[in-house]
Amino acid sequence: MGNLLTIENMSIRHTGRLLVSGVSLSVTAGERVGLIGESGSGKSLTALAAIGLLPEGMTAEGSVLLADRQVIGAADRDVVGLRGTAVATIFQEPLTALDPLMRIGDQIAEVLRRRARRDGRSVSRADVATEVSALMARVALPDPVRLARAYPHEMSGGQRQRAAIAMALACRPSLLIADEPTTALDVTTQAEVLRLLETLVREENMGLLFISHDLPVVGTAVDRVLVLRAGELVEEGPVAEVFGRPRHPYTVGLVEAARAFDQAIGAAL
Amino acid sequence: MTDATPALAPATSTRVTPAFLVGATLVGLHVVVGLLTLIWTPYDPTAMTGGRLAPPSLAHWAGTDRLGRDLFTEIMVGARIALSVGIGAVAIASAIGVTVGLLAAFASRTVDDVLAATLDILIAFPTLLLAMLIVAASDGASLGTAILAIGIASSSIVARLTRILARRVLAMDYITAARVSGTGWLGIVRIHVLPNIWPTLIVNFALQFGLAVIAEASLSYLGLGAPPPNASWGRLLQEAQATVYTAPFGAVAPGIALVSLVIGLNLFADGLRDVADPTRRRR
Repeated sequence: MGNLLTIENMSIRHTGRLLVSGVSLSVTAGERVGLIGESGSGKSLTALAAIGLLPEGMTAEGSVLLADRQVIGAADRDVVGLRGTAVATIFQEPLTALDPLMRIGDQIAEVLRRRARRDGRSVSRADVATEVSALMARVALPDPVRLARAYPHEMSGGQRQRAAIAMALACRPSLLIADEPTTALDVTTQAEVLRLLETLVREENMGLLFISHDLPVVGTAVDRVLVLRAGELVEEGPVAEVFGRPRHPYTVGLVEAARAFDQAIGAAL
Repeated sequence: MTDATPALAPATSTRVTPAFLVGATLVGLHVVVGLLTLIWTPYDPTAMTGGRLAPPSLAHWAGTDRLGRDLFTEIMVGARIALSVGIGAVAIASAIGVTVGLLAAFASRTVDDVLAATLDILIAFPTLLLAMLIVAASDGASLGTAILAIGIASSSIVARLTRILARRVLAMDYITAARVSGTGWLGIVRIHVLPNIWPTLIVNFALQFGLAVIAEASLSYLGLGAPPPNASWGRLLQEAQATVYTAPFGAVAPGIALVSLVIGLNLFADGLRDVADPTRRRR
């Protein structure tokens, strides 16, 4: 008990090839955990396996406990109940994460209604509308009444990501998985979305699993960090420790690359 | 913004194009005429009302056929037959096609491969040939058989289109997002897949409608459609063939009717896409 997500010695295979091997991690309520590594290191696969949504043809071994229930080997029917109550996800590209033909307000409302149905509550149309407005205000979307009637292509990238976060919040999950949520955004918007995520996680006492390849972003967003390389965990610990005194050569390289980049920018300025 | 998907292409403010209006008018005209024949026709479509093979006149706008029946009346009735075949065939093709297409899109790799290969084989046969086979295999030629045959024969194309469109939608993050938030398969189909593939499907339905009208005319031309005295355009064309040199208008009039409906449907289909897709609408 206590852990929202416990992954133990999990491996993912695709037609015999080992993509992720022996990964263990855990997230407790109110804890912010970062998963970093280069593209193709298995970060996103780990996240997908955590919610039982691995692409067809991939198999996971080991143990994944989501809200104390085993996900690996479970029937999809049993996992559906966990999704959206125990966990919600925010994706990298908010444009593809939103249905292009559905108004933003309707998309958020759909999640609210599903959550209410699952809890056995009946909600009136007016209640849903009020809650949609409240959620949109919560993620600092300006002019919720007007934006609720907008289609995704009529919004800016930052607004879309905020809408996607509002949809994730509408599930009232205890664990939030954010898969590179700021990669598609410009730097100013990145900072705003990160601040928003941080506030929400603190105020709702959610757990956060934050996946990114961007060290400075991870550094500001999480307390504890795990470094993944070619499907294996190479280092883990508090952010300050891992980034301040990296032990594994790969982490050293990552940190130095980020530092060199910062210096280059500093020199250019 | 880093993305440049088609959805972000500058919205052309073509909600209703002139072509769409022309198409809608042509289709509307046929619909009105078809409905009118239910309550009124200038003459009894089976009665001999004038001289045989009379040229167009004030009394007989399109002349008369070889039995002296009023050709304009027969063409009006033909519109009703063409439209009912179109509606029936598209209804059957969409019911079968969309269901099979969605099943294939959601099915496991193996089932999908089998379905896709079967569909490809079916599509390799011309629709008309399949329809002829189905008519030949049934008890006899009737309007109902023609509708069923054309509907079944066109369903493979609808199924393949549905499968491709649904697959593309299913690969999107918002489907994963919906699944993560606990939406079941039926919910995903209802909320996300159907609304997203609808604009393209509806355009295809309008095109299939036109093809069904042509297929019906071809079947009755070959004597496999609605049997006489049903005034199908295909049968009128076939009957006029023998006298095309002495009374060419007997072939021209049903031809004009057929072509105008099919062109109208095609223009209509084109314009429909702009109306049905909100991302192409002006804000």
